[in-house]
Amino acid sequence: MRTMLTGLCLALATIALPAGAAEKPVKIGMITTLSGGGSSLGIDVRDGFMLAVEQGDGRLGGVPVDVQIEDDARKVGRAVQIAQKMLQRDQARILTGIIWSNLALAVVPRVIKDGAFYISPNAGPSQFAGNDCNPNYFNVAWQNDNLHEAMGQYVSDQGYETAYLIAPNYPAGKDALAGFKRYYDGKVVGEVYTKLGQLDYAAELAALREADPDAVFFFLPGGMGINFIKQYQQAGLKDRIPLYGPAFSFDEGILKATGDAALGVVNSSQWAIDLDNPANREFVAAFEKKYDRRPSLYASQGYDTARLIGSALRAVGGDVSRGDDFRAALERAKFDSVRGAFRFNNNHYPIQDIYVREVYRTDDGTLSNRTIGKAFEQHADAYADSCPM
Amino acid sequence: MLLFLEQILNGLQFGVMLFLLAAGLTLVFGIMGLINLAHGSLYMIGAFVCASILSLTGSFALGVLGGLAGAALVGLAIEGTILRRLYARGHLDQVLATFGLILFFNEAVRIGWGPRPLFIDVPAALTGTVELVPGAPYPVYRLAIIAAGLAVAAFLWWLVQRTRLGMLIRAGAADREMLAALGVDSRRLYAGVFALGALLAGLAGALAGPLLAVQVGMGENILILTFVVIVIGGIGSIRGAVAGALLVGLVDTLGRAYLPTVLRLVADPATADGVGRALASMLIYLLMAAVLVWRPTGLFPAHGQ
Repeated sequence: MRTMLTGLCLALATIALPAGAAEKPVKIGMITTLSGGGSSLGIDVRDGFMLAVEQGDGRLGGVPVDVQIEDDARKVGRAVQIAQKMLQRDQARILTGIIWSNLALAVVPRVIKDGAFYISPNAGPSQFAGNDCNPNYFNVAWQNDNLHEAMGQYVSDQGYETAYLIAPNYPAGKDALAGFKRYYDGKVVGEVYTKLGQLDYAAELAALREADPDAVFFFLPGGMGINFIKQYQQAGLKDRIPLYGPAFSFDEGILKATGDAALGVVNSSQWAIDLDNPANREFVAAFEKKYDRRPSLYASQGYDTARLIGSALRAVGGDVSRGDDFRAALERAKFDSVRGAFRFNNNHYPIQDIYVREVYRTDDGTLSNRTIGKAFEQHADAYADSCPM
Repeated sequence: MLLFLEQILNGLQFGVMLFLLAAGLTLVFGIMGLINLAHGSLYMIGAFVCASILSLTGSFALGVLGGLAGAALVGLAIEGTILRRLYARGHLDQVLATFGLILFFNEAVRIGWGPRPLFIDVPAALTGTVELVPGAPYPVYRLAIIAAGLAVAAFLWWLVQRTRLGMLIRAGAADREMLAALGVDSRRLYAGVFALGALLAGLAGALAGPLLAVQVGMGENILILTFVVIVIGGIGSIRGAVAGALLVGLVDTLGRAYLPTVLRLVADPATADGVGRALASMLIYLLMAAVLVWRPTGLFPAHGQ
């Protein structure tokens, strides 16, 4: 009986092998958030990434890839479990996909310890940018503080003397407010950390009204931000105190949910849908054609992540075991980023322009963002100096 | 002072939402002796049905009615097929079976509506703010929730204290064996009570829609607080559910609003907020423990327990 089963399994395995299996596809493990409150971020990263794979007919940089996508449901334990499975059972040498910094802080050290590469399409905690930077860790998006620094600069430039700050109580939330304050030279009259995943901000909004600041800066990614923006308008605050935030709370999916509550709000982003470069025009058109919706900055990050990996795979001919060559190729970042000029700093975080955008109503009546200026040119993060690399 | 009033209103509004959930849970627990963990799923179903009908018809009122009906029908269906078999069993079996129902409904909703959360706009008639006290504008929709919750509380009081059905409910909460021995058709009574509880959970879900994201698993966090409410209030007692819900709503909101501020006097903001919020969420359980020491059967126990 047992031999029969073994035989059957062998037969099945043979059938299951693709016809042209001579070239073994490179396994890429993607751990991202596809269900629950933060799912729209993960879905966009995945769709952007897979768009690049599809454009190459299942190849990145001419090398066939096998992308395994798993849902972490924004749970640390689950993300760690999936990472271990991908590293040990599937022998994936390239991992990517994590949206949330608290998940990244738990998963990335395990990936690196295993000698594999982690290429972050989103979460960019300060820890990995400074003392704990690592040769096998790259971030294609930003260091967590960057967009908030840009907003701090912008709110200062607008001449607002007092600001009230709100962020969730988790690593990226603290990075966000630290980033804002680094470039804001007015007075911070309130600094509130809410529970991660909190959906009702009635108590916080009441306190905010009492503090009566000149401007409000908030960082509440995903569904938290939608609730906050809507409740901010419901509380009658939108017309009284201008609201500022990073692009995370003003992407295409979120604008659909907030409706006019977000109209006219100024936000900061390393990418915008109307950036005028060939790579971006092609990306936006292809994304809209394939998915029938406008891409968000997360989609652009997923797309750039895939194309960065592609550029490095091409350099090593698909042989990721040539770790040093693969790393050197990643560091060169020889790909046309959809955000224009892009290069890595010594800590493997990007040096890039940060734009300021405004939510406006498009001709078809929906809401989108248009670029109104630049907050920073070729901006580097504040932690690179303490990275020994 | 104005801020304090506003936070009291916020606490009331949260308490009212908890009450709508707790009313059904406490009746089912008190009368049938059933621990129904899937009560939060009925809340979720109410919210999803309301969101769908709203996007189809554009009418929030129809959406709420649909949410009520949807939750009540699903409630009747699970009572008739599954929960009825659990009344005579131990609590462990009930917990296992109803936890299974949570997983089932979460997956079913994910298949039916997709994993992305839905968002509902506040109905046009209830947008904007009013100044109850000059200088403290308050969202109309939140006031409407408070009003709706108080109306439901008044209706339930009338139902339980002044009608024949209410008499049976009170009798069931006090001694259900005796009630059955007296020839009351307990099957119909149980189904009716369960459907009523499901309907109220659906109402809570539908009303929560415009404030919060409508998403898979939205009923689970609030369910835990709801159990705290019915334990504080006294199992099986509507009066207890009202008192417990308002108490928990106020303690939670005021704790969240003022504990971090108080702690900020002695620590830096991030630590103060972190510790303050942790303490604020513990406050409710401390309250529960204190109430249980003082009155082991809750504030307003149903008679005979």
